[in-house]
Amino acid sequence: MDLLNAFVALSNFVLIPAIAYGSQLALGALGVTLIYGILRFSNFAHGDTMAFGTMATILITWGFQAIGISAGPLPTALLALPFGIAVCAGLILLTDRGVYRFYRTQKAKPIIFVMVSLGVMFIMNGLVRFIIGPNDQRFADGERFIISVREFKALTGLKEGLAFKTTQGITVLTAVIVVAALFYFLNRTRTGKSMRAYSDNEDLALLSGINPERVVMVTWLIVAALATIAGVLYGLDKSFKPFVYFQLLLPIFASAIVGGLGSPLGAIAGGFTIAFSEVMITYAWKKVANYALPEALAPDGLAQLLSTDYKFAVSFVILLIVLLFRPTGLFAGKSV
Amino acid sequence: MKHLLMATAATALMAGAAVAGGHAKEVKIGVILGFTGPIESLTPSMADGAELAMKEVTDSGLLLDSATVTSVRADSTCVDAGAATAAAERLVTSDKVDAIMGADCSGVTGAILNNVAVANGVVMISPSATSPGLSHNDNEDNGLFFRTAPSDARQGVVMTEVLMEEGIKEVAVTYTNNDYGKGLADSFQAAFEAAGGTVTINAAHEDGKADYSAEVGALASAGGDRLVVAGYVDQGGSGIVRAALDSGAFDTFHFPDGMIGAKLQENFGDEIEGSTGQHPGTDSEGAAMFTEMVGDAFDATSPFTPESYDAAALIMLAMQAANSKDSNDFKDHVMDVANAPGEQIFPGQLAKALQIIKDGGDIDYVGATAVELIGPGESAGNYRQIVVEGGEITTAKYR
Repeated sequence: MDLLNAFVALSNFVLIPAIAYGSQLALGALGVTLIYGILRFSNFAHGDTMAFGTMATILITWGFQAIGISAGPLPTALLALPFGIAVCAGLILLTDRGVYRFYRTQKAKPIIFVMVSLGVMFIMNGLVRFIIGPNDQRFADGERFIISVREFKALTGLKEGLAFKTTQGITVLTAVIVVAALFYFLNRTRTGKSMRAYSDNEDLALLSGINPERVVMVTWLIVAALATIAGVLYGLDKSFKPFVYFQLLLPIFASAIVGGLGSPLGAIAGGFTIAFSEVMITYAWKKVANYALPEALAPDGLAQLLSTDYKFAVSFVILLIVLLFRPTGLFAGKSV
Repeated sequence: MKHLLMATAATALMAGAAVAGGHAKEVKIGVILGFTGPIESLTPSMADGAELAMKEVTDSGLLLDSATVTSVRADSTCVDAGAATAAAERLVTSDKVDAIMGADCSGVTGAILNNVAVANGVVMISPSATSPGLSHNDNEDNGLFFRTAPSDARQGVVMTEVLMEEGIKEVAVTYTNNDYGKGLADSFQAAFEAAGGTVTINAAHEDGKADYSAEVGALASAGGDRLVVAGYVDQGGSGIVRAALDSGAFDTFHFPDGMIGAKLQENFGDEIEGSTGQHPGTDSEGAAMFTEMVGDAFDATSPFTPESYDAAALIMLAMQAANSKDSNDFKDHVMDVANAPGEQIFPGQLAKALQIIKDGGDIDYVGATAVELIGPGESAGNYRQIVVEGGEITTAKYR
């Protein structure tokens, strides 16, 4: 038995990747849940909004790199992030002006909004491919590791190594800051309160003098920021490919629904639930078990529940279970 | 008298037309390779290699009464069987090519062979399709398909020999989830286990993902002295290696042909120090002559480039031997010109070969890759064993 090595192996292959992935999903799901709560529709264009914001950030990052601006050990993309958010917000507000407002004034049914967002998704999808192309783009620079496997082994003398990438550190830190800021904004500021009021009861909010167009605009701005941050963090940590962002839609929606649509706290819990389930169910536990269990109990096989090919299936199954037994999600959001 | 004159003239004209029909001045060869897709970094020099042979033959003016050989390129995409079939269909029906040099990846090659080449009776010589599934031992291909690359069943055996000589008895295997990857991984596993080694895990990975940490987690858990990556360097293969290095799961790797390219060196450099690999290649004097002949025009040592030159050369030599550019005529001559007996032919000597055949002699085409066609028309296979030293891919030896 060697619990220390077991824990290190577990952290290296399960805990750290899952926490980073969970943070990225949580930020994505927060955007989806805000739109659902305040604008009352499922925004299928969210994955491609992330891709667009990330693309804008990448282009600006390249510009910065060309003129020699860098953030030292941190990725240059962090400096470019605010500009990326601005570009993304510009596109989203334009879309709202040109598309969503038309249906809003008609008081269209939510299902029509969903279909409209599907159309917006395809257009954004094409736009991103047209501008940056369908291929992989890597834009991470600066120090790659906070601690690399080799350093960790030299430092601790353990048999198992542990890698903690800079991008993973930045992801978790940024997620914490963004979530804290968002909750402060929603619970403490006047605009945040008016957003929640509008979400709870639209007519009552209008009667008490809340300007709906302003609430909608602020929501879109926050969504643009969340989407761009989530996209850039994902791209930094893994790599940027438009199709992958489109596919991310599934785990993001699963996270939002599992947590309870419309509930920001639920989105975060959902993001981590999905991420941990995906990673833990497809992980081969042989190594960890060999360290943690006495020799007689150590497994011969891989001790892997599902092959990694079924990663996306895990999100689907969790989604189904939640919808069957608790349709409002863990945190009692709106029923779907 | 007038009638006789007319008749003579008409006969002469018709005879002329008939001769022109049989010995058209133009031979068209389709070059269908994945100019886009997972091996797009390899294909440009492959096409250049094939076209170099065509130019050599055209310049000699000896093929079928000084025919000119032109190349028609098409994109096989390497992975999309539908697109590849459509592109090949275009080559055969609209461009009217006389033979096809290609395709590259095993899946699309099989699709083109079954849907287009066999249906239209066109000879195909692939420089790089290595799936064991393409060995048509029962003549399902009507004798139309050949390859200057060896079957992966052979590569599996060579890979086993390399690893055993390095003293490695336990490996983890990951393969790209398609005909090439699966065929290679399975033939390697069979050969490796037969030689007394252990394959701890044989798991697929999908190309085009952003994140391979889950896949690498499973591979790391299974363990092994080395990770065998039967994938593509422009695709998931590099992603797997990156994730394995980042998480410290494996330090050294073994790379089959799809992973060996300039990109590998560029992506990882000395991070994969000590890793081994092999890809089809030879140290026969033909290879050196080919490299010298190419000069700086393109990268002559890039994988499958010499094979492409040989594939195109074999097509044209077989045409000369059959004295016809019709696939059904010359398909039976491919094996004859490729193998002994006869005078050995090296790269740059195509003119000499054409002359020998024209004079009724026999040739044994050696070419850039020491071509020796066996079984149903596939290369016996020579491999270049590589090792990563000082961040560069270097040749360990040839086998």
